[in-house]
Amino acid sequence: MILAAEEYNPVMPHVAEIIIGLIAFLLLLWVLRKFVVPRFEKLYEERTAKIEGGIEKAEKAQAEAEQALEQYKAQLAEARTEAAKIRDDARLEAETIKAELRAEAEQEAGRIVAQGEAQLQQQRAQLVAELRADLGRNSVALASRIVGESLEDEARRRGTVDRFLTELDAGADGAGARN
Amino acid sequence: MGALVLAAGDEFTPPTAEAFNLPPIFGWVTKPILLIVLSVVLIIGFFLLSSRKLSVVPGKGQFLVESFYDFGRNNIAREQIGSRDFLRFLPLILGLFSFVLVNNLFGIIPILQFPTMSHIGFPLALSVLVVYPVYHYAGIRRHGLGGYLKNQLVPPGAPKAVYLLLTPIEFFTKFIMNPLTLAIRVFAAMFAGHLLIMLFGISAEFLLLHGDGITKIFSVFSFGGAIAMTFIEVLIMSIQAFIFALLSANYIGAALAEDH
Repeated sequence: MILAAEEYNPVMPHVAEIIIGLIAFLLLLWVLRKFVVPRFEKLYEERTAKIEGGIEKAEKAQAEAEQALEQYKAQLAEARTEAAKIRDDARLEAETIKAELRAEAEQEAGRIVAQGEAQLQQQRAQLVAELRADLGRNSVALASRIVGESLEDEARRRGTVDRFLTELDAGADGAGARN
Repeated sequence: MGALVLAAGDEFTPPTAEAFNLPPIFGWVTKPILLIVLSVVLIIGFFLLSSRKLSVVPGKGQFLVESFYDFGRNNIAREQIGSRDFLRFLPLILGLFSFVLVNNLFGIIPILQFPTMSHIGFPLALSVLVVYPVYHYAGIRRHGLGGYLKNQLVPPGAPKAVYLLLTPIEFFTKFIMNPLTLAIRVFAAMFAGHLLIMLFGISAEFLLLHGDGITKIFSVFSFGGAIAMTFIEVLIMSIQAFIFALLSANYIGAALAEDH
């Protein structure tokens, strides 16, 4: 450089070169700023968005699937519980119905038996009353025929018949008590 | 180099800085000025064409373009400036990287064969007139003038007496040296690299044409050296472009940072 100092000094800048260099670079800078960098940055944003969007979509789908699975499981469990409940209810109801029917049948049977007994009692009483009347009349008639005399006499007849019946009753009662 | 000494007896003149003094092609337009314009046309064309139809799923071509873009975006801008602010400065960093890279690579492309950045006017225009105002402006806008100066000149954590020394040094570094070193770094690398390639090339030619007998053979080594230097230059050109963009981003990041 010392050698060249007389004629050409490489360390001394040319003004024209500074100006042209500056203008040329500013032009390049303007193009890069205006077109090139925005284009690339837009591309990178799109790429990021696409990748993130894809991941997000997949995550969403997975979440949805999981939710559906949960729902199905819950529904299944619910259905099972329901079925068990229905079965229990049915069993309980059947039991109740059975018990009710049994009670009703027992009641009916009791009623029928009681009715039969009452009827029997009534018939028996009726029979006894009828027999008693017949017996008195027949006895008097037979006795009249045997004795040959009329036992029309009111006072005597009554006394005889009454005594007979009393004896008969006593005999029947004694037989009843023995039974 | 041995070949050079052998040849010194003849009228061999090694290339000097004068080789960078290119005459105007017409008016004030010189070769570097044409190259600068060409580089901008090429870069703009490349980016506009390649970003015309970008798809979310990249093809092979788009993948390559994206790799380049991502290198500037993630490895330089985001790394240095931080993910909060880097997008604002991304066009600048991407522009610096591609601009310096293409202009450096012109040095090894046949016919063009001149690294534009070996003329100091161009890197100076970038560093002093673009990067320097941008990072100071960004810092002042973020922290206010007082806050920014305090951040830059009075880094916390040092004993009080040290600031007597530290503050002037910080000022000198950040307000005077940073833009100059940024420009000089790439300028000097390109200048020296081009000079070296020229030296190997010219000496090889000289040995071949003017060497007597056995010295002609040494021109093979000179040619080999020129080719090897070309490969090394590709590496240096790329690294210098990377460093230029990286340091610019670093200055911006430092200006925006909460404290030093």
